[in-house]
Order: sequence, then structure tokens, then C-alpha cells
Amino acid sequence: MSEIIKVGIADINVVSPPDTIRTTGLGSCVGVILFDQINKIAGMAHIMLPDSSLSKAPALNKGKYADTAIRSLYEMLINLGANRKALKAKIAGGAQMFQFSSGNEMMRIGPRNVERVKEELYSLEIPLIASDTGGSSGRTIEFDPNTTLLTIKTVNAGIKVI
Amino acid sequence: MDFLKIQPIHLDILREIGNIGAGHAATALSKMLNKAVDMKVPSVNVISFEEISEMVGGAENVVASVFLRIVGDAPGCMFFMLPIEQAELLLKDLLGGQRVQLAGDDVSEISLSALQEVGNILSGSYLTSFSDFTSLNLQPSVPATSIDMAGAILSFGLFEISTVSDYAIVIDTAFTDIEKQDEVKGHFFLLPDPESFSKIFLALGVPLDE
Repeated sequence: MSEIIKVGIADINVVSPPDTIRTTGLGSCVGVILFDQINKIAGMAHIMLPDSSLSKAPALNKGKYADTAIRSLYEMLINLGANRKALKAKIAGGAQMFQFSSGNEMMRIGPRNVERVKEELYSLEIPLIASDTGGSSGRTIEFDPNTTLLTIKTVNAGIKVI
Repeated sequence: MDFLKIQPIHLDILREIGNIGAGHAATALSKMLNKAVDMKVPSVNVISFEEISEMVGGAENVVASVFLRIVGDAPGCMFFMLPIEQAELLLKDLLGGQRVQLAGDDVSEISLSALQEVGNILSGSYLTSFSDFTSLNLQPSVPATSIDMAGAILSFGLFEISTVSDYAIVIDTAFTDIEKQDEVKGHFFLLPDPESFSKIFLALGVPLDE
């Protein structure tokens, strides 16, 4: 029996076949999947904010920020036996749920999250092989580590597989 | 903001804000619809981000929403959220019996615009009474509407708070039809920014212990 591993907001989790991994209701948050297709290990992070320097909390929640979440996920996968050189990434999310005329930086959080995720992947030399970002729709995503396909569900555009 | 410093009296204060605010909004709504609208006793909870979505039927549940930023002395976010079917009924009443469809990707401009206006009026009356009650200077931003997954929408109100905490204080007031009490028509969520709490409590003469 395969199970669906859930990833909450600001959460990180790992998966191996036959299970799949899923996060629901991504708005301006970004779902980042790192996977090693040969060793069949994958993980997902549901990040909310671009950079851990924004944190004013006494204890840092690493899963919340693009920079720390991607590094944590990377380390988790390496510890589980993933090959550093085989790791690839897929991302989805980073929507702009509401359109505002005012130029408040916080309101542009979706695009900023995506930019920061890409920077972090680049610095870890992980190729980003597929992405579905931006727009104004929420997304629910599910990744299958066996086929390495990412299924993206939106309210109006139906289902898309990348 | 330290949640540990919050005493029961502070939660009572927030509940009263929800009560007064949503009370005025309910009155405005029942005037608009020309029928009685009831509201439930507001709940004030310190909850995790996951649980906020659960309050409106799960992160994936599709809802109609109006969002606005509160600017001024105590900034924050406000959401008016309702199930799609309820939003359609509400707008149908408002637009003189015209059939309104909010699901799908060809939602008419007038429906969205009407939804935005409802949100504008309701949150306006909520905010005015909040402002009167606390003597704080508070203004709404221009509202924005979205019909989408509840989780995706709500997370938008969590950015300010998420830099300091993994929990948010949510002041939630649910509306019901006066005849059908258990049928929830919609929710008002007020999410003050972390630094706004001390200002609200101070304004009402019950400062947080430093």
C-alpha cells in the first residue's frame, strides 16, 4: 500500500517509492522538490518566505525560509544516501494571490520567493529541470519519486504534470 | 511579540473587538440583504498556520474571499471569506435575482466587483468600530478579491506574523442565517501584525507586562 506523505506550511519531508509526497494550498509559498532518480529518494519543502534574515523569532524555523529550507532538505537527502551530483529540482508556487496597486514589498512575496529559491538551487549546483510558478492561482502539488513527475492541481486550470 | 505574556483578559479584549466589529458588519450585511443575519460569538485563538486553514474547511477548500491590509496605528490583515455557494447566493440577492456564478474561470466582472464591494462595506464597518473602540487610527487598503484555495489565500495574511512566530492570533467571527443557525455564511478573520497587539492592549488600558 502506498501512502501520501504530507508536507505542511513551513515544513520539510522526505519520501521514497511507492509513497508519494504532497502539499496543499500553495499560494505565494513555493513547493521545492529535490530528488535523486537513481537512488529513488526525494523530499519536499513548503517555504513561505525568501530569506532567513527576515526572521525575528528567537528560534529559527528552517523550513520557513527558502535559503535554510533548501539546505536542510539537501542535507536530509544526502544523509539518506542520495548522490549529491544526481540531485535535481522541480518547483511550483509563488503566485500573486491578490493584485494590489500599491508597491508594498510584502505583497510581491511570491516572485521574491521564486527568485530566492532559484538562487539557492544555483549555489548548491542543483539543476532546476521543471517549474510552474507565478500566476494568480493557488496550487496543490504531489510528487511521485518513482516516475519523478510532479502533478499540479489548480482550481480553474485543472491538472498539469511537469 | 511573546504569546506567553498574553493573559486571559487580553484574549477577552480581542474577542470584544471581534464582537463589536463583526456586529457592525453583520448589521451592514443585513441592511444590504434586507434580512436578518446573525453572528456567532467570536473565537480568539492562538493557532498554528495549518489550523487556520482547517477553520475554513481545509487548505484545498475553494472559497470566495476579500482581503485587505489595515494601515495606521495597528497594522494587520483582514479577510472576509465565504463558501462559493454562499457567496453566489449573497450576490444573487444583491444583484436583484440575477444568477451569479463564481466557480470556473469565466467569472463575470460584475460578480467579482460586487463581491469586492460587499467585502469593502463589511470590512469598512468592522474596521470603523474597531478604530472607534480603541481610538486607534486605522484605515483599510483597497480590497482585493480572490476565489481560490483557502490555504493559498490565508497564507497571504501570515507573512508579517511568520517572521516572528509559527503561530498566529486569529480573531474569527462566523455569520449565520437567523433561521438556519448551523449554516455558516462566512467568516471574518482579523490578523493583527505582531507588533500591533501591544498597541491595541495599551490603547485599551491593559498593557502587556514587559
